[in-house]
Amino acid sequence: MCCCKQMSEAAAAKFAELDAFIATLNVDPADERRRGRLIQVLHKAQAIFGYLPREVQQHVAKKLYLTEAQVSGVVSFYNYFHTEPKGKYCIDICLGTACYVKGAEKVMSEVERVLGVKADTHPTEDGLFSISGLRCVGACGLAPVMMVNGKVYGKVTPAKAVEIVNEYKKQG
Amino acid sequence: MNKINSKECLIAAYNECKGKLVLRETSAHDIKSVKKELLCCGGTGCHASNSKELMERLTANIKKAGLENDVKVVQTGCFGFCAQGPIVKVMPDNVFYVQVTPEDADEIVEKHIVGKELVERLLFVEPQLKSRVADYAKMSFYAKQERISLRNCGLLDPEDISEYIANQGYQALAKCLFEMKPETVVQEVLNSGLCGRGGAGFPTGLKWKIAAGVKTDEKYVICNADEGDPGAFMDRSIMEGDPNSVIEAMAIAAYAINAQRGLVYIRAEYPLAVARLEKAIQQAREIGLLGDNIMGTDFSFDIEIKLGAGAFVCGEETALIHSMEGQRGEPTTKPPFPANVGGGYWGCSSNVNNVETYATIPEIIRKGAAWYSKIGNWQAEFDENGNFKRTISGNAGTKVFALAGQINNVGLVEVPMGTTLREIIYEIGGGISGGREFKAVQTGGPSGGCITAENLDTPIDYGNLAKIGSMMGSGGMIVLSDKDCMPAMAKFYLDFTKDESCGKCTPCRIGTRRMLEMLEKICDGNGTEEMLVDLENLAKTITDTALCGLGQTAPNPILSTLRYFKDEYLAHVRDKKCPAGTCRKLFTLKINDSCIGCTKCKRNCPVNAITGELKQLHVIDQTKCIKCGACIDGCPKKAIVME
Repeated sequence: MCCCKQMSEAAAAKFAELDAFIATLNVDPADERRRGRLIQVLHKAQAIFGYLPREVQQHVAKKLYLTEAQVSGVVSFYNYFHTEPKGKYCIDICLGTACYVKGAEKVMSEVERVLGVKADTHPTEDGLFSISGLRCVGACGLAPVMMVNGKVYGKVTPAKAVEIVNEYKKQG
Repeated sequence: MNKINSKECLIAAYNECKGKLVLRETSAHDIKSVKKELLCCGGTGCHASNSKELMERLTANIKKAGLENDVKVVQTGCFGFCAQGPIVKVMPDNVFYVQVTPEDADEIVEKHIVGKELVERLLFVEPQLKSRVADYAKMSFYAKQERISLRNCGLLDPEDISEYIANQGYQALAKCLFEMKPETVVQEVLNSGLCGRGGAGFPTGLKWKIAAGVKTDEKYVICNADEGDPGAFMDRSIMEGDPNSVIEAMAIAAYAINAQRGLVYIRAEYPLAVARLEKAIQQAREIGLLGDNIMGTDFSFDIEIKLGAGAFVCGEETALIHSMEGQRGEPTTKPPFPANVGGGYWGCSSNVNNVETYATIPEIIRKGAAWYSKIGNWQAEFDENGNFKRTISGNAGTKVFALAGQINNVGLVEVPMGTTLREIIYEIGGGISGGREFKAVQTGGPSGGCITAENLDTPIDYGNLAKIGSMMGSGGMIVLSDKDCMPAMAKFYLDFTKDESCGKCTPCRIGTRRMLEMLEKICDGNGTEEMLVDLENLAKTITDTALCGLGQTAPNPILSTLRYFKDEYLAHVRDKKCPAGTCRKLFTLKINDSCIGCTKCKRNCPVNAITGELKQLHVIDQTKCIKCGACIDGCPKKAIVME
């Protein structure tokens, strides 16, 4: 960690939480199979930190006795892991086939237009929203589907999507 | 629940629990009955439509009416009829209410439970008959189905293992442990004709036989629950609605191949399925159905869950194994197969099957291979001992399909192999939505192809679908109508495979991108006829040269749409027209003289591209128009046309 001396209390608490989790795994540096824990640990780390910045990846590498390259290689491979912070409200729009056929693209472009940011880039300036495209949540009966922080909204139209976004905007 | 230490304990537990299901299994059609159960769907789809609030409100109202001792609300798995969710099934009255909102809970309790009267308005309207039906067995959606893999979905509470035991759960495992040798179990699965439901259709028994033949001390049973095909959701539904079937089947597989540990590799996008599976594993451990010395035998087995992290390629078994080992989910060439030493998890021999395949196993063991092999259109040769020799044609058993797209009855359907697409789409699926015309069905997701009207009467099995240029895949069935553009569909799938290509082999990494670029040009009106030739050649090259299934099948949507819808491609490249009217660069929206100036389109337009005064002809500013079509949907005079 580059800045551990000035690390805020909040960040220290997060690292402590992650370490407590890793401790339950009894990682043995001599065990070739310790690497099998990596994805599980990264899931936990992302749940704690919200994203996986470089210092968190370095920390995970150290704790699992892996190289930073090994960790970074895995983080960059999987869509689920992200290295940039997300907005307070993560809008996931399903781009699976069933949703696509039912007009998910129009929902996506409308939400992008209203919020002024593109999907899978950076959050809105106020830090409230970030948009992602998602591959099928398996709720095809409700297509097109949109999720805000995991809450599923079914049968959305471009207009309904904007309404939903505005609701969250009001909450701030 | 007490520990189950022996077969006798299991039977005793079954006898003790089976009363739990009495109301659900008798359909007395008697609305006057005092004791009732209200089964509510607790799957992801229905949760999204407020089924949790609905259940709470039902429970509260029942309590208010003082009936909590007689009437119970039960959260079950998915009923499959997702388009009509949330569903409430009242048993033993056998009344099936659809699209129930939390507000409707008041009326159901007041009128049906207290007043003993049907709530007519919440019954399903049969589209063909235009009449309301209460009995789900009489609905065309269910009438032709044969639910084996989905047998417990919509029947049992997935969070209560005692309900699974009440429905003869874990008796198949007991039968294996006490009455069958491992090799007999393998032979039974082989004789049943069951093939891998994940898509490739490899005979499950043969897979087990290969793994069983490997003599090592460390073996694994793996469940592939990385259901990545967008548009398929049967595996999610099974794990959410009947996780114990998967656990029991994995234990059976472990016994058959002599493995000690099991792993479920599941998508992180399915949080509810993960939670249900975790709970079921925990409960099975508590009563000794997982762990050491199961049912007092020397067979020990336990299961661990491994989370995926969003990579489609991890559905490929070698990539899946690498991902479980904490590596990038890149595939490797086979052989070695996972069953071989050096090919599986940490190099140990491993057996990988998909969720739906596992969910079928306990029924096959319990009812016998002979029972299962007669379902479907399987023709096979057996030796003098009745053991399977070779398949002549068709496939055994049933397959679950996820019907979605432009179809009335969206949902999960399970039908015997050999059922025709026409039956699935028009009888079970209730036909094309919005009164549109059928164009094609895309099966097999991004790896599959489309099936057109001329092949609607083809009996569905692995071989027949391959013959007509598509594939079974995991069972996603996306129905397309005349308003869906086929080159755009191919573009959609290539955009998917381009993103999901792991990048290890060149044909897939670069090839999918090149194909996508060509399709983008075609859909934007910049394509040429030569490009179609190049596209086809490149597609065939990639099929022949890519490393794994993802790359080899990625060109399928192109090859199949080129084969059946060449005219649409030609319209795009020659006439620069999109016959379906979806490719935005190939049309403009104009308002014709029938406009009455109602201003509706002006208000609907998200980018303020429409101008015009009340009762005056409106005009679209082409520089602002994003061609979203919001104006078309609102126009009462159909005055907005594509040119």
